[in-house]
Amino acid sequence: MVFKNLLRRKSSREIAKDRLKILLISDRVNCSPEMMEMIKNDIAKVISKYMKIDTKSMEIQITKTGSKGRSLKNPTLYANIPILDLMNHEIP
Amino acid sequence: MSEVIVVTSGKGGVGKTTTTANVGTGLAAMGKKVILIDTDIGLRNLDVVMGLENRIVYNLVDVVEGSCRIKQAIIRDKRYPTLFLLPSAQTRDKSAVTPPQMVRMISHLKDQFDYILLDCPAGIEQGFQNAIAGADRALVVTTPEVSAIRDADRIIGLLEAHEIHKIDLIINRIRGDMIKRGDMMSSEDVVDILSLPLIGLVPDDENVVIATNQGEPLVGTGTLAGRAYQNICNRVLGREVPFLDLEKGVSFWAKVSGIFHRG
Repeated sequence: MVFKNLLRRKSSREIAKDRLKILLISDRVNCSPEMMEMIKNDIAKVISKYMKIDTKSMEIQITKTGSKGRSLKNPTLYANIPILDLMNHEIP
Repeated sequence: MSEVIVVTSGKGGVGKTTTTANVGTGLAAMGKKVILIDTDIGLRNLDVVMGLENRIVYNLVDVVEGSCRIKQAIIRDKRYPTLFLLPSAQTRDKSAVTPPQMVRMISHLKDQFDYILLDCPAGIEQGFQNAIAGADRALVVTTPEVSAIRDADRIIGLLEAHEIHKIDLIINRIRGDMIKRGDMMSSEDVVDILSLPLIGLVPDDENVVIATNQGEPLVGTGTLAGRAYQNICNRVLGREVPFLDLEKGVSFWAKVSGIFHRG
């Protein structure tokens, strides 16, 4: 069990990378992590009306489409939402 | 054609002054005529890193205020005849100089030097604005830490807003052993986050501290950091040089040659 936990634990390098990615998005677009979290929760709420999604592993981020450049002239909101079940088709 | 390069980082203590001293010295050693300008008014350090602190008579503020001629303030390096330093003032503050004054002074120096290197103070206030005012190109120094990378990202945004688009990245204080353990971001991680062209990888080498103690830049010595700075100089000149493999850890021979180059 302890061994399993050790394997699952993120290295401090990965933690640093993940924190920076989130931090820099909000720094670059002047949008706070709290606001990103609120947007994420609202998107999850809307999608959840129609299908069962994995809210824990869903991700949203603001990026620029196309090139790998730094400037955010055409920012795009990307949402990566894993669907667990498409069952609920009828509109309530 | 002269090139004006600002060495900047946002965060303090990541190695701007050491980078300026070593890149400038390396370029001069390759025959280029170089002037290093310390723009950190009130906290000058480049003179000490270069070992030239005893030769200062006039400084940057004296020049822009017209208290002396620019030639009187420029100090010739003791090692290389084509290397010069314009020291900063220690007893004034950053409001003593303005960006237009810097631009005017740099345009005077442009026809006399191949490279003008500006050592930028930490922060994003007037000292930073002064340092970038006349620059064509920037070297952004960072370390593989969250705070330094965040500040570097902010600085890059400000440089771009100031129409400086030739920006290269130097990652300083890399520790191969920590990267191998998964406890430090690798150079790929940092480049991926900042999306800047990489121009230098410098190891966390104790020889840098020794060199600073002695007031002798270590570029060109056999030490790992000395070789890393030499490579940066070559890349600044546009040459393609492979990066040192710092993630392998320090090799036996690098350690041995480091010992011999200390004296």
